[in-house]
Amino acid sequence: MGELGWKIGGDQGEGIDSTGDVVATVACRLGYHIYGYKSFSSRIKGGHTHYKVRIADHPVRAASPHSEVLVALTQETIDKNVAEVRSGGAVVADAAFSPALPEGSKLTLISIPMAQIARQIGNPLTRNMVAVGASVALLHLPMEAFSAYVAEKFAAKGEQTVRQNLSALQEGHAAALAQMPDGLAMQLPKVAPSKRLLITGNQAVALGAVRAGCRIMAAYPITPATDIMEQLVTLLPRFGGVVCQMEDEIAAITLVVGASYAGVRAMTATSGPGFSLMQEGMGLAASAEVPAVIVDCQRAGPSTGMPTKNEQSDIMAAIFGGHGGAARVVLAPGTPEQAYRDIGHAFNLAESYHLPVIVASDLSLGEWLQTIDDLPLSDISIERGPLVSAAELEAPDAAFSRYQVTASGVSPRSLPGQAKGQYLATGVEHLPSGKVSEDPKNRQLEMDKRERKLVTLSQLECGTEYVGPKQPDLLVITFGSTVGPVDEAIAMAESSASVGRLQIRRLWPFPTSEVLLAAAAAGAILFVEQNAQGQLSQLAEMSGLHHPRTTHLRRYDGTLFLPAEILSAIMSGRQLATTEGVS
Amino acid sequence: MAETITLADIKTDEKSWWCPGCGDFGVLAALQKAVVDLQIAPHQMVMVAGIGCSGKIGNYINSYNIHVVHGRTLPTAMGVKLANRGLTVLAVGGDGDGFAIGMGHFIHACRRNVDVTYLTMDNHIYGLTKGQNSPTSDRGAKVKTAPEGSIEAPVRPLQMALASGATWVGQGFSSNQAELVELIKSAIGHRGFSFLNVISPCVTYNKVNTYAWYKEVLHTLKADAAYRTDDRQAAMGRAMETEELVTGLLFEDRDAVAYEDQVAGYRDEPLTEQSLDLSAAEWEDVLAELR
Ligand SMILES: Cc1ncc(C[n+]2csc(CCOP(=O)(O)OP(=O)(O)O)c2C)c(N)n1
Ligand code: SF4
Ligand SMILES: [Mg+2]
Repeated sequence: MGELGWKIGGDQGEGIDSTGDVVATVACRLGYHIYGYKSFSSRIKGGHTHYKVRIADHPVRAASPHSEVLVALTQETIDKNVAEVRSGGAVVADAAFSPALPEGSKLTLISIPMAQIARQIGNPLTRNMVAVGASVALLHLPMEAFSAYVAEKFAAKGEQTVRQNLSALQEGHAAALAQMPDGLAMQLPKVAPSKRLLITGNQAVALGAVRAGCRIMAAYPITPATDIMEQLVTLLPRFGGVVCQMEDEIAAITLVVGASYAGVRAMTATSGPGFSLMQEGMGLAASAEVPAVIVDCQRAGPSTGMPTKNEQSDIMAAIFGGHGGAARVVLAPGTPEQAYRDIGHAFNLAESYHLPVIVASDLSLGEWLQTIDDLPLSDISIERGPLVSAAELEAPDAAFSRYQVTASGVSPRSLPGQAKGQYLATGVEHLPSGKVSEDPKNRQLEMDKRERKLVTLSQLECGTEYVGPKQPDLLVITFGSTVGPVDEAIAMAESSASVGRLQIRRLWPFPTSEVLLAAAAAGAILFVEQNAQGQLSQLAEMSGLHHPRTTHLRRYDGTLFLPAEILSAIMSGRQLATTEGVS
Repeated sequence: MAETITLADIKTDEKSWWCPGCGDFGVLAALQKAVVDLQIAPHQMVMVAGIGCSGKIGNYINSYNIHVVHGRTLPTAMGVKLANRGLTVLAVGGDGDGFAIGMGHFIHACRRNVDVTYLTMDNHIYGLTKGQNSPTSDRGAKVKTAPEGSIEAPVRPLQMALASGATWVGQGFSSNQAELVELIKSAIGHRGFSFLNVISPCVTYNKVNTYAWYKEVLHTLKADAAYRTDDRQAAMGRAMETEELVTGLLFEDRDAVAYEDQVAGYRDEPLTEQSLDLSAAEWEDVLAELR
C-alpha cells in the first residue's frame, strides 16, 4: 500500500481551494483514493490557510498528519507546516519571497519564481498552476492527465485562459524537473483509472435530496451547511424544484413545514445557531405531525463558537432541544455514502411517521473531499407513508380523522387539494379530527399516540453499524465523521482483530438493544467523540449502558482527530480490558 | 359541472372562542362571503393562521388549515404555495403576530411577491395575552405593559408594505362589510402578494381604538373619486397624511410578476403533481458532472 501527502498553504483568498481541488480531482481520475482536508478561518482575505490532499492506492477516510510535498506561497506556510513534511520530502516555494527552510533541515527546497512566470505568461492568476506543475513533477504523476483537466476546467473562460494555464503548468513542471535532485523519488504505486466520485458529505446530501424527490429547499446561509444550498440551487431547477434563500432559519424551517404540509418533499440545512433557531419550528412539525427534514451540519459551539471548525456537540439539542418534548428522529451519517442514503431514509421516515427527521452530519463530513465508488440510484427508494386516497375520502361512510389514534401512532394524512380531506393542522393540542381541545383524556391519548411513533421507530433495525469480532477486547463506540479516523486507527493496531467498532447510525430513538448487546460482549469500551461533554456516552448511559471498564477520548479544540491519537487510546483501552479482565 | 359552494360548505361546527362584539367576527363573515362569491372550493384553499385571538379564525373555516407558531404564517404560506401553486393560499394573524414577532417575514414576503394573500386583524393590542402593548398601539396608549402610556412610535403597516415592494396594499374595517368583502376578493384575485390590513377592534382590552372612535376618524378612499390605485408614491403619501386611518385599496401593481413566475425551472404544473422519481439516465447525467 502506498500513499503521499501533498499540501498547499498561503494566505486566505489566494486560490488555495481551487488549486487543491485540481490536484485532488486529477489524482482521483487517475485512480487514486483521496482525502482532502482544508483548514480555513471565518474571514475572506488574509490569514494562513492550507489544503492537504492525501493520495493513496487504497481507501482513505481521514487526514494524515504528514506530507511529502509542501507548496508554500508564503514564508509563514513554511514556518507553520514544515515540521510535518517527512524526511525525503520537498518544499516547493515561490522564489518571490526568498523562501528559507529552518536551519539544519534536510528537506529539498525547490524555489521557483512562480509569480514572475505567471506575469510573463500574461496572467498573474496562473501562479498557482505553476505550483501544480511543479507538484506533478515531484509526485511523478502523468502530466497529460493534468493538461487534459486544465483544458476542460478553463474551457468556458476562453482559449487564451486555457493556453495560459497550460503554459503555467508546463513551466512549473519543467522548473521543478530542472531543480530536482536525483535521489528524490516520491512514487505512488500504479493504479488503474477510475470513475470514482470525489465528493464532500454536503454534496452527497444534496444529491441524496434530489434523488429522494426533495423539490423545495429553504435555508439561510451558514458555514458549513451553505454548500448544500448552493449545490441544490443548480440541481433542483432541472427537476422543477426551487431553493429559497430565506430571511432567517425560522423562516426556513416554517417554509419547509408549509411545503411538506402541502405534500412536497422539502428540507432545510443549517448549523450551530441556525439549528437553535429551528427548534420551535421542529416542535410545530412534531405536534401538527408534518414531515420535515433538517440537516444539521455541526460546527463548534455554543453560540457562534468556532464557525469553521468541526465538532459534534449538537446531539443533545437535536434529540431533546425545544420545549415540550417533541418527537423526532436523529440520524448520523459518517461517510458521504451514508449521508446520501440517510437523506433518502430521512424523507421516508418523515413521511411515514409524520415528524421532523434531523440528519446530524458535521463539518468534517460536510466539507472534506473523499473518493467514493458510486451513489447508486437504487440505494434510495421513495416511500411516501400513509396517505388517504380519494376513494377513501369519497366513500359514503367516510369519517376521515387526520389525528386518529392508532397502535403505531401514525394516522393517514390528506393533502390540500384533496376533496373532503380538509382538516386543521395545528401545534395546539387537538382532537383526532384536528379540532383544538384541552380535554385531559384526549391530551393524553394524542400525546401518547405521538410518542408511540418513537416506540415503533425504535424497533427498526440499522440503528448501528458494527465491524469487528463477536467478542472484542475493546469496543470503540463512535458516530459521525469520527468513524473515519477510528477505522483507520483500528486498522493500524497490531491487534486490530480484537477491537470492535460500533457506529451509532441512529441517535434517536437510541438503538438501545443493539448497543447493550454489543457492549455486553466487549471487555472494555472506548467512546470517541468530538464534544466536551461526552454527549454520546451520556446518551448511552441514559439508555442503560454501564460498563465497568469505560474510557473516553474527546476532542473539542477545533483540530482534527488523527488516527494515531485514537490508536493510543485504543491501546490503553485494550490494556484496561486485559489487565482488569484477569483480576 | 362543479357544485356550487355555499356558506354552509365553508363554515365549521366549532363554537366561537371570541368575546361578543369582537371585530374578528366581522372579518370571518367577510372572508366567508368573499370565498363563496369567488366560488373557491374548501379543499382548494389553505389558510395559514398565526397565534392570537385572530389566529383562531382558521378554526371556523372549513378549508385546509394550518395553525402555526406565533409570527410565522408567511414563510409557511410561501411553502404551501410553492408546493402547490394551484391552491388559494391565505395567511392570517394579528398585529403582534405580523408586525412584532413576524415583522421580518412580513417585509420579505412583500418584496418576494409570492401569490399569497396576507390578511391581518389589527386591534392595536395583544388580545390573547390580555392587553399588552402592540407594535400598532398608538403613542400614549395606556396598556398593561405601558401603564403610563406607550412611549414608542407605532409601526405603520401600510407604509411598511408599500416601502417593501408589496404589489397590492389595502385596508379594511371589520364593521364595513361591503367594502371588506370587495377588498378580500380583490386581494385574493391579485396575482402576487397582497396585503390587507383589517381594523378589527378588541372590545375587551382596547378602550381607546373603539368602534365609535374608528367611525369618527376613518374615511374611505371610495369617497375620493380622483384617487388612483396604480401610484405607489401617492399611496405612500395618502397613508402618511391620514396616519393610516383610511380604508380601501391603496395600491395595486397589475403588471407585477409573481415570484413563482420568475423561479428558474419552476413549472406551471403544481410540484405536488410532478413525479419525484428520476430515471437512470437523469441520474447518470447528474453524477457525470462529478466524475
Ligand atoms: C414565541 C411566542 N411568544 C409569545 C407567545 C404568546 N402570545 C400569544 S398571542 C400573543 C400576541 C397576540 O397579539 P396579536 O398577534 O395582536 O393577536 P390578537 O390576540 O390581538 O388577535 C403572544 C405574545 C407565543 N404564543 N409564542
Ligand atoms: S380579547 Fe379582544 S381580540 Fe380577543 S376575542 Fe376578545 S375582543 Fe377579540
Ligand atoms: Mg392584536
